[in-house]
Amino acid sequence: MTPAYELVVGMEVHAQLLTQSKMFCGCSANAFDTEPNSNTCPVCLAMPGMLPVINRQAVAQTIRAGLALNCTIGAEAVFARKNYTYPDLPKGYQISQYELPQCSDGWIEIDTAHGAKRIGITRAHLEEDTGKLVHADGVSLVDLNRAGVPLLEIVTEPDLRTIEEVNEYLTRLRQLLVTIGVSSGDMEKGAMRMEANISLRPAGSSSFGTKVEIKNLNSFRAVRNALEYEIRRQSAVLATGGQVEQVTMGWLEHAGRTYVQRSKESAHDYRYFPEPDLPPLAVSREWVAELQASLPELPLARRSRFMAAYGLKLADADVLSADRGVADFFEATLQAVGGVVTPHKVAHWIMGDLFRLLNEHNLDRIPIPAAHFAELLQLVARHVINANTGSQVLKTMFSSGESAARIVERENLAQVSDANVLESAVQSLLAAHPDEVARYQAGKTQLLGWFVGQVMRETRGKANPDLVRQLLQKYL
Amino acid sequence: MIDLSTLTIHACHQLLQKREISAVELTRAYLDRIERLEPRVKAYLHLAPELALAQARQADARRAGGEDNPLLGVPLAIKDMLTIKGMPTTAASRILEGFMPPYEATVISRLRALGAVFLGKANTDEFAMGWSTENSGFFTTHNPWDLTRVPGGSSGGPAAAVAASEAVAALGTDTGGSVRQPASWTNLVGMRPSYGRVSRWGVVAFASSLDQVGPLTRDVRDNALLLTAIAGADPRDSTTMPLEIPDYQAALGQDIRGMRFGLPREYFTEGMHPGVRQTIIDAVATLSDLGAHIEEMSLPTTRYGMPVYYLVATAEASANLARYDGVRYGHSAGADTMWENYRQTRGQGFGPEVKRRIILGAYALSAGYYDAYYLQAQKVRTLIRQDFEQAFAQYDALITPVVPIPPYKIGAAPTDPVEMYLTDILTLPTALAGVPCISVPAGFIAEDGASLPVGLQIIGKPFAEATILQIAYAFEQATLYHRQTPPLAHD
Repeated sequence: MTPAYELVVGMEVHAQLLTQSKMFCGCSANAFDTEPNSNTCPVCLAMPGMLPVINRQAVAQTIRAGLALNCTIGAEAVFARKNYTYPDLPKGYQISQYELPQCSDGWIEIDTAHGAKRIGITRAHLEEDTGKLVHADGVSLVDLNRAGVPLLEIVTEPDLRTIEEVNEYLTRLRQLLVTIGVSSGDMEKGAMRMEANISLRPAGSSSFGTKVEIKNLNSFRAVRNALEYEIRRQSAVLATGGQVEQVTMGWLEHAGRTYVQRSKESAHDYRYFPEPDLPPLAVSREWVAELQASLPELPLARRSRFMAAYGLKLADADVLSADRGVADFFEATLQAVGGVVTPHKVAHWIMGDLFRLLNEHNLDRIPIPAAHFAELLQLVARHVINANTGSQVLKTMFSSGESAARIVERENLAQVSDANVLESAVQSLLAAHPDEVARYQAGKTQLLGWFVGQVMRETRGKANPDLVRQLLQKYL
Repeated sequence: MIDLSTLTIHACHQLLQKREISAVELTRAYLDRIERLEPRVKAYLHLAPELALAQARQADARRAGGEDNPLLGVPLAIKDMLTIKGMPTTAASRILEGFMPPYEATVISRLRALGAVFLGKANTDEFAMGWSTENSGFFTTHNPWDLTRVPGGSSGGPAAAVAASEAVAALGTDTGGSVRQPASWTNLVGMRPSYGRVSRWGVVAFASSLDQVGPLTRDVRDNALLLTAIAGADPRDSTTMPLEIPDYQAALGQDIRGMRFGLPREYFTEGMHPGVRQTIIDAVATLSDLGAHIEEMSLPTTRYGMPVYYLVATAEASANLARYDGVRYGHSAGADTMWENYRQTRGQGFGPEVKRRIILGAYALSAGYYDAYYLQAQKVRTLIRQDFEQAFAQYDALITPVVPIPPYKIGAAPTDPVEMYLTDILTLPTALAGVPCISVPAGFIAEDGASLPVGLQIIGKPFAEATILQIAYAFEQATLYHRQTPPLAHD
């Protein structure tokens, strides 16, 4: 970015809510990959005389998200009709909270190069998704399976100043929504879709430049690329004394460029007005308190606690708190090892061997119980098996689902710490290699490692390496 | 052959109970009469003789099995704004021609559960927008009292069907007077229940904050019976109120002595037909004789009813009718491109009045005009509601005319739409306030050799349907205008 300009970004994120049914009817809210138009009913097809009924679970999820985002929860929310014509919008209007959103005036904390920063949340409101158009062979087909799926729209203040901040915001937001079970966060299935409002202003200026809205950004990468592109484009315009036009743009993923969808003059007039089919939605304080109590510990709070309670470093605590499943696994393991293994060691095993196996198996959830994992770490800590064997056992645990102890027993992997057994192994080794013994005794002490390796090989890796070393030193 | 001309639901019930007639015989009698009179009256858009007879057979079987209720086996006409399984629903619009709903209105399910028989779908102004059925996309219904005149509207089809004894009773919808006005013009009892009393689910929407389903019946007792059957909260309509349904029958026959009625002077407008004025003056005298205290009073916001209604109703309609786009069901022009297909489908499918209202409503909601029109209208709507609240602090009910004029000749409507809109000026403020009202037969005006019915409007507090039924019944029993039948009654 040309340092002469400062970037100003506000984000709008549409997150599909995790609910059983659609926003205003009984159809399933999870219609990804189903036969087109099979997940529809007269209500979401907007047949004559059909009326919406508010999905209580969607409201609950919205309030939970609002609470997690430190928002004020409105005692009353009002749905409105947003009118526009398109075949993916069966009613010809979208029902959306407009003047009185469910949640407003919140914030979320992100990490920046200069420390923690609060990003203002203007509002978080409930609305319904549209259907999809499928363009093929010169015709356009309409699939309304997704029409009416509950959407949470989260709008920030223009508080983001760098692309890194934008990325950090999106990452933290996704983490938060997934942690509290409000969204799957599954970008590939369109569970989060983004729009960026971007403007540039001369560095040091306190007024805002002309805003450009970039729509249909379906991945964090697309957001980054689109912003980079727009920064270049707008900088060039401004540098040559030009004016940035207030437009709505789309992002062409393959071409890697933005394009103008609508100018300011041709902007839609949505003719919003309160939805007469739905009375204002009253939300009691008791219900909000109940929903507040239903929230799990949020990722940043957990990160701080991991650092304070377990002495983890920021980077490790961050990784372990990012995913609720991992964080829960970490703490469950800690509890199960009962002080035999340090938090640092547990963290090390999770971020090392465990993450590697998750990657190899392409898993996003840990497939083994924390109790089994804890048992494995205990076996290593008690020198029943050594660390290398531990890694092998963990691999087997992933594929067989057996407990560590059972694998160690079945495959006879327990470390040999019996001095008599090892003593005879050492003696026969030394007897078989007089030359090496001679060279060692002549001063080439580095050969010790070679001798240790030979004993380990003889014992198929089960020997206690420390004991082997002691015995070799004794007999050499 | 049974005489259908004065047959009521409760009279049918007695005949059916005593096995003097079967539901099948009764239904056949109505189907025969429909066949004879329809060429002249044209009340129905769609007839369902097979379905009706099948329902009648079931009703007879249920009664033979020991079941009984006042609607079991009673043939009804249903306005084409309500969906019924197995019958097309068009709202009298070409844009819905051939549409068969895979569901039916809650009120229809309730009637079906009771064993009522649906003869067919009755005519209406297109999407209930009108006062005469002349805006129907198909044809105009004729007033059985004078076939050269309109029956009123928009529920002119169901009203004419009952008035011509082509059904025992009917369901209409009332957005700004569409049940009360045709009831007044066809000598029927027409109820607009309180907003939220009756489910709108499965009823084609015109203006969501105003639409209500209401019974059109030959007498007040029938009206109470039909209201009892359809009233009550519906989980599928969030605007219905979870209130107990009182025993409406029990209200009938109770004394109205000592009740206080207000007579809002704003309802006696300029341009009111002298015959209508005299009818209401006579009605007031009757109510006085029955022991009620009646005094003139004022509803100062009355004159805002018309402009507020035509902003709110058209704004809501502009959104409600956006779904008719030729993509999923109904008429589609089959044009080559998306936008062209929208244009042609809606251009061909909607009639001029519907188009006029969509444009008016979209305008009232558009950026830069919203505050001055839609929002302002909502504010004044609140004032109108408060006007009624204040009035009901003093009065048990308000007494007014229903329509300032008697039914006009088909094709002779005022040509200026704004002048035309004055026809429902006396039924609009109540619709905006959501209060219940009933039109009850109050006399006749002789004009061009025809006897033209005039109705009396009784307005009640929100959810006080029982009170207005009680008053209407007392008035009806004191006057018996409802027993008079139109010239074609025995044709």
